Amino acid sequence: MITEKEIWTALEVVKDPEIPTLSMVDMGIITKVEVRGESNVYVEMTPTFTGCPALKMMENMVADRLKEIGIETIEVKTTFDTPWNSNKLTERGLLCLKKHGLAPPPKHEGEITMELLEHCICPHCGSINTEMKTPFGPTLCRSMHYCHDCLQAFEQFKPVV
Amino acid sequence: MNVTAIKELLYKMADDLLIIGHRNSEWTGLGPILEEDIAFSSMAQDKIGQAGALFEILHELGEGDPDTVAFMRDANKMHCSQFVELPNGEYDFSIMRHFLFDHADQLRFEMLANSSFEPLAQVAKKIKGELKYHVFHANTWLVKLGNGSEESKARMQTALNESWNYALGMFEAGDFEKELQSENIFEGEEALKTRWMANITPFIEKANLKIPDTKSWEPILGGRKGYHTEYLQQLVEEMGEVFRLDPTAQW
Repeated sequence: MITEKEIWTALEVVKDPEIPTLSMVDMGIITKVEVRGESNVYVEMTPTFTGCPALKMMENMVADRLKEIGIETIEVKTTFDTPWNSNKLTERGLLCLKKHGLAPPPKHEGEITMELLEHCICPHCGSINTEMKTPFGPTLCRSMHYCHDCLQAFEQFKPVV
Repeated sequence: MNVTAIKELLYKMADDLLIIGHRNSEWTGLGPILEEDIAFSSMAQDKIGQAGALFEILHELGEGDPDTVAFMRDANKMHCSQFVELPNGEYDFSIMRHFLFDHADQLRFEMLANSSFEPLAQVAKKIKGELKYHVFHANTWLVKLGNGSEESKARMQTALNESWNYALGMFEAGDFEKELQSENIFEGEEALKTRWMANITPFIEKANLKIPDTKSWEPILGGRKGYHTEYLQQLVEEMGEVFRLDPTAQW
């Protein structure tokens, strides 16, 4: 019988539809994997943002991947049992964001302050001489910033508590 | 658990978010600068998603399917406060309403994160973090415009004066305040209002604006009980127009 560890590994190839370098596992949105019987798997997910429009699509992508590895009975459910926050991104996830040109969210202590948002490290040159232009970017999970050293605009994956 | 009381609480919160979310979305393509266009559009998306999560809890408590509940009710069956249904007006009013509403809503969800009704507490924990960004945005613009040109100051003060009694109406007591308190589901509208006053006052002062004199305070009530302004029915019809064409359509 397939193990939970093997399911987690299989799910590592399922990427965020908006950030093709980042897997859903590294994003921290897959919160539970349960092998319920022979070829019967249950997965729980949680959204980065309640209003994330990609949620249904991501549920389907997870189910498709499980089908691909031969699982027959699949249930994927979205819950708020363990709500997502940006500290749930794995170390590899943070690197993947950077590789995609997005500033990773700084670790927070359960509180988001204006200061935390302002001192965002530029993903291009590493400078902290940056400025937040707006907390709302092209998707709910990103904010927009400008680097005064390399003179480039960039986006940050927002810290969320 | 008093399910009737919980449903009343959930409906008014979900309707507030659905309607203010729709109003926010009306800025899409019309915002004064691109960043603001994106900001109101993003907040619209957040709020409608948050409303959806609350309608989902209601569904689990036996109410109708979330889309049907959101799009098929007439105005007199809705429980939003009258404040959120008012037209956007100009940017001054939109920012002022955004400021007054979002402070209240963020505090509401902070309080509910400790609710004894677990499904709501879980969603509230998530939503209160998202609303942080809405409140930051509102604070920034309130202070900026309150300290801007003579015109922007005057407009913000007028917007505050015109919003005030509607804003107080957000805290209209429900029929089950005591039940919600005694079962530790929600501390109640009066407690929320007290916290809200404490939170908004320093920002209003920083913006050099004045809260209207207490003598003129007359909360505009009725929204929670289904009494609305003429604007809500128009909004509801527009919002549900496509859905009502074929409620069984698969999207």
